[in-house]
Amino acid sequence: MVKVAAADSAFRLYTDGLGELEVEATSVRRLIAALEARFPGLGEHVSRRMAVAIDGEIHQDADDAPLRPGAEVWLIPKIGGG
Amino acid sequence: MSRNHVSATVNGDPVEFLSHPGATLLDALRDDLGLTGSKEGCGSGDCGACSVILDGRLVCSCLVLAAEAQGRRIETIEGMADGATLHPLQQKFLEHAALQCGFCTPGLLVAAKALLEVNPDPSESETRYWLAGNLCRCTGYDKVIRAVMDAAADMRQARVPA
Amino acid sequence: MSDVLDRPETAADLKVVGTRPVRPDGADKVTGRATFGADFAMPGMLVGKIKRSPHAHARIVSIDTRKARAIPGVKAVVTAADFPDLASEVMEGGESASNMRDIALNCMARDKALYDGHAVAAVAATSSAAADAALAAIEVVYERLPHVIEVEAAMQADAPLLHAHLFTAGLDTPPAKASNIAARNRLARGDVDAGFMEADAIVEGRYVTAAVHQGYIEPHATVAAWGADGQCQVWSSSQGQFMVRTYCAKVLGLDSSAIRVTPAEIGGGFGGKTTVYLEPLALALSRQAGAPVKMVMTRDEVFRATGPTSGAVIEVKLGAKADGTLTAANIVLKYQAGAFPGSPVVPGTMTALACYDVANFEVTGYDVVTNSPKVAAYRAPGAPISAFGVESAMDELAIKLGMDPIALREKNAVRDGVKAAYGPTFRDIGYVETLEAIRDHPHYAAPLGPNQGRGVAVGFWFNVGGESTAAVHVNEDGTAVVVTGNPDVGGSRAAMAMMAAEVLGLTVDKVRPIVADTAAIGFSMLTGGSRTTFATGMAVTQAAQKIVADLKRRAASVWEVPIDGVEWLDGSAVCLAPGKTRGAAMTLAELAATSAKTGGPISASVSLNAQGAGPGFAAHICDVEVDPETGHVTILRYTAAQDVGRAIHPAYVEGQIHGGVAQGIGWALNEEYVFDADGRMENAGFLDYRVPVASDLPMIEAIMIEVANPRHPFGAKGVGEVPIVPPLAAVANAVRRAIGVRMTELPLSPPKIRAALDGR
Repeated sequence: MVKVAAADSAFRLYTDGLGELEVEATSVRRLIAALEARFPGLGEHVSRRMAVAIDGEIHQDADDAPLRPGAEVWLIPKIGGG
Repeated sequence: MSRNHVSATVNGDPVEFLSHPGATLLDALRDDLGLTGSKEGCGSGDCGACSVILDGRLVCSCLVLAAEAQGRRIETIEGMADGATLHPLQQKFLEHAALQCGFCTPGLLVAAKALLEVNPDPSESETRYWLAGNLCRCTGYDKVIRAVMDAAADMRQARVPA
Repeated sequence: MSDVLDRPETAADLKVVGTRPVRPDGADKVTGRATFGADFAMPGMLVGKIKRSPHAHARIVSIDTRKARAIPGVKAVVTAADFPDLASEVMEGGESASNMRDIALNCMARDKALYDGHAVAAVAATSSAAADAALAAIEVVYERLPHVIEVEAAMQADAPLLHAHLFTAGLDTPPAKASNIAARNRLARGDVDAGFMEADAIVEGRYVTAAVHQGYIEPHATVAAWGADGQCQVWSSSQGQFMVRTYCAKVLGLDSSAIRVTPAEIGGGFGGKTTVYLEPLALALSRQAGAPVKMVMTRDEVFRATGPTSGAVIEVKLGAKADGTLTAANIVLKYQAGAFPGSPVVPGTMTALACYDVANFEVTGYDVVTNSPKVAAYRAPGAPISAFGVESAMDELAIKLGMDPIALREKNAVRDGVKAAYGPTFRDIGYVETLEAIRDHPHYAAPLGPNQGRGVAVGFWFNVGGESTAAVHVNEDGTAVVVTGNPDVGGSRAAMAMMAAEVLGLTVDKVRPIVADTAAIGFSMLTGGSRTTFATGMAVTQAAQKIVADLKRRAASVWEVPIDGVEWLDGSAVCLAPGKTRGAAMTLAELAATSAKTGGPISASVSLNAQGAGPGFAAHICDVEVDPETGHVTILRYTAAQDVGRAIHPAYVEGQIHGGVAQGIGWALNEEYVFDADGRMENAGFLDYRVPVASDLPMIEAIMIEVANPRHPFGAKGVGEVPIVPPLAAVANAVRRAIGVRMTELPLSPPKIRAALDGR
C-alpha cells in the first residue's frame, strides 16, 4: 500500500478533487494500472504526462521502478528542459 | 549577369575566384574558396562572426563586397596557426576554456589578433570595448577576456630580447 | 552495478574527474576547421529557401506555384499539400511531449498563417538567385484577419481566435466556447485565505516580461538528401539527432529507419534547437528534386520564425509574519505560447515557489496562444519568468519588513526533508549552502556609491535524466573510444572522455569521445534539460565499468585464477589471488593487444533511462549603477553561487554559470521582441535585438558548491539551466535599491528607467 499524492490540478480533475489516494501497488507500472482501474483515463494521463517522485527522487517513464510499502509517491507533471 | 573575376591574397596565398555582383567577401571565402572558418551569424555586420583582417584592418566580411577584395590582402582564421603550431591566442583560448559551442570563436580570435597588433598591452576595459563587435551567447565573455589578456602577456614576453 | 565506484568518491580519490584538460574538439574549433551546419556540402546540392507569410494572422486562400516551377534552375516547390495532414498526436521526441500536428503545421502552414514569418511554401534551386526568383514568383492569396499578440489581450473573450477547435483544458467544467487559452493548471497547498489572515505584512505586484529569443549565434542549417531508394540522410545543427529523426519521420510519414541523421557541431541552442523547422522541408524538397538540398536561415528568419520563449504577466501576492516567515502565496502566471499551445507555464508554476517552505499557496498558470512564433524551450523553460515575479515580490517583502534579503530567504529556505512546493520531499540538495556562500562572500559587504544598488535573487531548476546510450571500445593499442549520441553544446564530450578515463585508469588524452549519428549509436534523448553529463555520463561510466569487468575476466583466465582474485588498479589488472601469479599485472594495452586470445574485441554498450537527476539551486548577488541622465544600467559586479553536485570539468561548469548569467542579464536589461501595429517584428536583427556584448559585462564570479547527487557515479547534477533563473530579479532588485523605484516590466531599458526617475 502506498500513499499517492499530486498537487497539480489536472490530476484532480480525474479524481473528483482528491489530491491524495491510497493505492495497492508494488511498482510504478502497477500503480498506473490501479489508477486507471479506479479512475478511467487517469492511468493513461499519468503514464503520458506525469513523472513519479519516489521518496523524493524523480522518475520519468520508469515503469519498472519498485514502490516499497510506505514510500512517499508524488505525481508531478513531466519535466523537459532547454 | 556576368561574374567578377577577383585576384587577391588570402593568408599569404594568391587566390582567384569568380563572384556574383552582389556576393560578399564572406560568401566568396566560404563558397568559392572553401574557407568555412569565417561564419555567417547575421549577414548585417552586427555579430562579428565573419571577422577577417583586410589590408591590416579588422572588418566584417559580410559587409565587404567580394569584388572589393580585388588586389587586396586578407587574413582569416585559417591563417592564424603556423602549420601545426597554434597562435598564442588560440592556445590560450583552449587553456582558459574560452569557448563553448565555438561558433563565434574564429571571429573573436581574428578580432583579438587585430587588437594585439595595434595595442599589445590592452587593459580589461580596452579589450572588452574592442571585442564589443563580436557577439558570444555561450560564455558571458569572462574566460574570453582572460584568455586574450593572458595571450597578450605571453606575446609581450616573447618580444623582449634575451 | 559497480564494484569500482559504488558511492561518489571524494575529490581526493579522483585522478581525472575534477581536472581541467583541454577539450578534445578544441583545436578544430580555434582553427575554424570544425564543421557546423552551414559548413557541410554534398555534391549536386541545391539551395533551399522558404516563402513566409507577411501577415500576423491570415487565411491562406490559394497558393499558385506554376510560375515559380517554370523558372530555369528551380527543381522543386513544396507547400502543405506535399506533406501528410497529420491527426493530432501527442508524442515524446523532443524535450517534452509535443503535438506532432502542431509541429508539422508550424514547419509549413496549412489553411492559416498564424504569425508574420510563418512558412507557407519552400523552393529548391540550383542557385541562390534562382531560389529568390522562385519565391517571388509564388502567388499567395491571403485573407487578412485581425491578430493578437499581447497575452492578456489574447485571453479576452472577444479576442481574435487562432484555432477554432481549441477549448481550454484543465478547467473544472469544460468550456463551450473555443478560446485562445489552451490550458489552465493549478498547484495548491493548504489554505491561502487563512494564510493571508495570519500575515503581518502583505505585498502584491504585477510583473511583465517580453518575449526573448535564445539568441544562438549560429542560424539553423541543414543539408538533406532523399535517396532514390527512399533512404534519407540529414545533416543538421540540432540539439538532438534522434529528435530530428523522429520528427521528420512523423511529419513526412516515414519509418525512423529510413532516415539517418548526423549531428553537425552546433553553434548554440539553449533549447531553441530542440525542435525542427528546416529538416522536413529540406527532405520534401530533396524528394521532389532528386538532389540534396541545403537550407540555412537568415538572422531575420531566426527571429521571426523560431523560438522565442514566452512573454508573460506574473501576478504575485505574498504574506509573511513580522519575523519573515512566509504564511501564504498566491501567484497567477499568463504565458504566451505563440501560434500553437505549449508555453512552459507548467514548469513555471512548479518552480515559482520551489526555493521556499511555505504552507499555504496557490499558483495558477495559463497557456495562451498568440499570433507570434511558436515558443521553443529556452534554458530552464518558464522558470526565469515566474522567478522574476516571485523574487521581486520577496525583495519588496524584505524592504517592507526591514529585513536583509538573504536572511529572509534563509528563514524560509527549503532543505533536505522539506516538501517541495510541487510535492515530493527534497533530498541531497545544496540550497542553503548557496545562500550562506553569498551571505559570507566579500561581495555582499563591499561598499556601494551613489546611484548604485545591490540585488539578491535565488533560483531553482529540476534537471532531468532520461534515455541515453553509450558505447566504449578499447583499441588494439590500449587507447579507447567513447561513443555517445548527444551533441556537444558546452564541452560535454570532454566530460564523457574524463569519466571513461577515470574508470578505465587511463589519462584523458588516451580516450577519444565521438558524437555519433542515429545509425551508429543507440537512442539518446537530446542534449538539453541539463541532462548530458548526468544521464549520458551515467551510461558512459557504466559502459566503462562493464569493460573493466570484462578485462578482469580476461586477466583471470590468463592467470587461471578466479575472477574475484583480480583487481583493477590505475589502468592495470592486478592478481591478488594466492599462488605463483600473485602480484602479476597486465596493463590495459597488454590486454588489448591479446584480446583475440581472450574472447575477441573489447567493447561494451549501455542503454539506460537515467532517474534521480538532482535539482539545482542558485543564489546570486548583482551590483548595478544607474546613470540618472540616460537611464542606462551598468552591471558593476556579479557573484553566482550554485549547487553543482560534482564539477566533472570545473571550467565548463563555470562556463555554464557565466553563460546563463549573461543571458539573464540581457533578458533583464535590453532584450525584447518589438512588434508593430501589423504584428510584424520590428527588431529582427542583432542591432536592435540587443544581446549583451563584451563591454556590457564584468567578470562573473562563479562559486561552485558540491553537494553530491548519490544517484550519479560521480555525484554530478545538471548545471546548465539554473544560472539563468535568478538574474532577471537580481538585476531588477539591484535597480530598485539604486533608484528607489520598483521596476515591474522587463526589459529595464533606458527609456523605462528614465520614465521611472522622472516620476520619482
